[in-house]
Amino acid sequence: MLKRHLLAGLAALGLAATFATGALAAHDFKVVYIGKNTGNPYFDSINGGFVDACKQIGCQYEFVAPATAEATSQIPIIEAQIQRGVNVIAIAPNSPDAMNQVLDEARAKGILVLAVNGDLVGNESHRDANILPVDFTKTGPNQVELMGSLIGYKGDIAILSATTEAPDQNTWIAAMKKTLAEDPKYKDMKLVATVYGDDQPEKSTTEMEALLSNYPDLVGVIAPTTVGVAAAAQVVQQRGIADKVHVTGLGLPSEMRDFIKDGTVKAFQLWSPYNEGWLAAYFADGVLNGTIKNEVGTKFDVPNLGSITIGDKNVMNTQAELTTFNADNIDQFNF
Amino acid sequence: MTDQTSTPTAVSALDAAPPRPRWQVILIRPETMTFVLLVLAFIVSSSISPYFLDINYILSSFTLYAEFSIVALVLTMVIIAGEIDLSPAANMALSACLFAWTYQATQSMPLAILVGLGAGIAMGAFNAVLVIGMQLPSIIVTIGTLTLYRGLAQIIAGDQSIRLPDYFIGINNDLWLGVPVPVIIFVVVTIALAFFLGATIWGRQIYQIGTNEVAAQHAGIRARRIKFMLFLAMGFASAVAGMMTASRLGSVRYDLGLGGELQMVLMAMLGGTYIFGGRGTILGTFLAAWLLSVISTGMLTAQWLPATQLCVLGLLLIISIVATNLIYSRTQR
Amino acid sequence: MNALRSILLRRETGIAVMIVLFVIAVGIAKPRFLSLEYLRIILLLTPLIMIGAMGQMLVLVARHVDLSIGSTQAFAAMVTAMMFKFHPEIPWYLGFLVSIGVGLGLGFVNGALTTLFRLPSIIVTLGTLNLYRGLTFIISDARQVDRQYIPSALKAMSTTSPILGIPWIIFMALGVALLTYWFASHTRVGRQVFALGSNPAAAPLRGIRVNAITLMVFSISGALAGLSGIMYASRWGFVNPSNTGAGFEFQVIAAVVIGGVSINGGVGSVLGVVLGVLLLGCVSAALPLLGIPGTAQSAIYGAVIIVALLIDRSVRQRGIAALAAQRARA
Repeated sequence: MLKRHLLAGLAALGLAATFATGALAAHDFKVVYIGKNTGNPYFDSINGGFVDACKQIGCQYEFVAPATAEATSQIPIIEAQIQRGVNVIAIAPNSPDAMNQVLDEARAKGILVLAVNGDLVGNESHRDANILPVDFTKTGPNQVELMGSLIGYKGDIAILSATTEAPDQNTWIAAMKKTLAEDPKYKDMKLVATVYGDDQPEKSTTEMEALLSNYPDLVGVIAPTTVGVAAAAQVVQQRGIADKVHVTGLGLPSEMRDFIKDGTVKAFQLWSPYNEGWLAAYFADGVLNGTIKNEVGTKFDVPNLGSITIGDKNVMNTQAELTTFNADNIDQFNF
Repeated sequence: MTDQTSTPTAVSALDAAPPRPRWQVILIRPETMTFVLLVLAFIVSSSISPYFLDINYILSSFTLYAEFSIVALVLTMVIIAGEIDLSPAANMALSACLFAWTYQATQSMPLAILVGLGAGIAMGAFNAVLVIGMQLPSIIVTIGTLTLYRGLAQIIAGDQSIRLPDYFIGINNDLWLGVPVPVIIFVVVTIALAFFLGATIWGRQIYQIGTNEVAAQHAGIRARRIKFMLFLAMGFASAVAGMMTASRLGSVRYDLGLGGELQMVLMAMLGGTYIFGGRGTILGTFLAAWLLSVISTGMLTAQWLPATQLCVLGLLLIISIVATNLIYSRTQR
Repeated sequence: MNALRSILLRRETGIAVMIVLFVIAVGIAKPRFLSLEYLRIILLLTPLIMIGAMGQMLVLVARHVDLSIGSTQAFAAMVTAMMFKFHPEIPWYLGFLVSIGVGLGLGFVNGALTTLFRLPSIIVTLGTLNLYRGLTFIISDARQVDRQYIPSALKAMSTTSPILGIPWIIFMALGVALLTYWFASHTRVGRQVFALGSNPAAAPLRGIRVNAITLMVFSISGALAGLSGIMYASRWGFVNPSNTGAGFEFQVIAAVVIGGVSINGGVGSVLGVVLGVLLLGCVSAALPLLGIPGTAQSAIYGAVIIVALLIDRSVRQRGIAALAAQRARA
């Protein structure tokens, strides 16, 4: 700890020196981003942010991901990256705890470890900082408000989630329930069921169909997962009941474009995965070159994103509120 | 049977009227092929990635494959005896889940270890009852139990991970004379099993069962009992491997070791074990385990796409059985 | 009397009874399960499995197994989807030819490896399972082909119906089943598959070209997996290099084994397999309705395979016992 403070101090000196002499610091560090799995369209966008930022900064960037998203599949990759001598490992962890040991090993070798788009919940001490798209406490209320605006704040709604123990989704669902219960604005909206599609299209579809037949009075379904919202929309599209059942949730514009265009889905939300990659690269550059102190409360500027503040547990967000996509703006987004 | 069957080296010379020259017997052996491939893999890996050639790195990355390798050694004996077991990776997951779950419930490590080992052996016994007792083909039975065991692990653990106490974590970071403990365990098990299979009466009987089970039974070998024991040993080895994995990861989830059956079968095949039984050696599987680890690690450090790695593994499996079959059909003449 | 007995003893009757009992049991707990709407849901769960199962049945009857069908499905679907993406001018129905053709090619490779080198098909297809999956990642650059690139007319096959509100893909699956039935019981080659599987050693003596038949069943299995690939694109509207076809082989093998196809070769009927597929569809549809978590699904599949194996064995033993009794009487 003391060492880190010293380093930070030295870094601050270095910062002053850089400004004084105008000399270039070492920007050609090696950064790698380890996604959850290959073939996941979500990570193409984060990857794009890294690529573009590294072009600006001058760092060497590579993207790797295991073939499957099981808990241990990222471990050999992390080991290989340590051996390759990278300076920064950014990772979308497949497990909150299975990688503690190997990440500690990386940090012991002086590698900056960033969790990007997901955190090591409960094991935050095994990474240096965490970059999340938005403050995840806002996701629940934002989604409830969007649903309410679609159904006129009245009627039975249900939630179609990922797996029963998906940590992010469960945080959001808890917040949704709290919002529905406490805010009088939503007193006429009733959450009748929460079901889990395990992030598989087949399972999500079956669960959605069961929802519709178990709750004939359903007017809305919130699916806070990209697989679930697409599956739910497809069921509604196939049955031609878009004017009766409103689907919304968190989705990728590339997967939802068709449903928005034909009116199956009026609006859904997400954030910009691209900006996560962008911010992570700039943050890493700043920390390695000493221009950013990795401490709670530090503020720094990132091109195109403005001022970023390091929050509690060294968490940073790229945007304050979720972005809502609808027929008017969907064509502006290409991820 | 002549005395020649006692050592697997001589199996190839069986039946042939004039014995082959010694150099040929040694050269045309699947293990030799594995060894050559291993050397090649080292050369290729270090040429495609400058970061690869580092003995500490190679040893420590082998700890990621050590658990599967240990099970693969036992699997080699099962295959030599003419059966197969595709469920060990799922067994690892379920016994590790039960182990961690018991620890969490009782906070008693000895009890947890007992439960884990017991569960592993019970799963091995379940396979054995179906295969030997009910006379069902082991390949389909173990595809069924593979799905079943992993499914049960999923029911027990959900998709949550179960944490283990700190003192239990990190077997792969413990060094003994500079070598990680899992590697040492693997080497010790290799020596023990090589002795068992190559130099004891039971080892000889395993080869005979695999070559011709009916003839072996007529010769007074208790084939069913030996095969039953082999399945139990599979269960035991899987449970141990499961706990080693748990120690390396620090937590247990139902997807522990997912897809490991392919790697285990691959190790046995690459090591020259004959898929129809009767032939193969522990040394072959030992070399193949290193080969697989070197290839996988090499591809990883060279940043090859995981897709390419899948292709290479699939191709290797096919090439290795084709080569083994050819070698055996040649030496048989 | 004897005819009635033989019907009752038939495997298909057993599965049909199991389906009826299962449906009644679920129906008592959740009456909605007995609605026409649920029949539609169940039927919509089955077409892909049904098509894959017809190919797998022939392979199993010939005393082989094809584990690579999930990856074959993915590869064929990916090739077809990429054709739609990069050449939208090509008429969508040609996608069927492409998908089936690609699948046929991959199946042929399986068959060729098995026959040429006299290898066990289970190991060969375990290898190609990985190989084909890896190739799917490589040709797609590990990218999913999104909904917008899949032709609407193709997607409509899963939603629009020629008759009675039953979508096209269900009729296609039934068509494949009927064709398989015709092939298996009314052609010489089809019967040779059964003859080969029930006694591989004697097959050459009866003038059966073993290699040709083996190549053929693997090619058929591959072609049908290819067909299921384009139907995946139709049903789900996208093709993903890792999701598409993952675990497909287990569902199909479970259905086929439940349907009474013996893993020892030579035994199996299309009707049994169709019923096996339906039973699996009923189970899948009932789980969410009963509120059983998805985590239990894989354990249920595993248990079902093992139970089917045990039933298969007891049926076989009863058959042997009956045979022995007949001989004793004679």
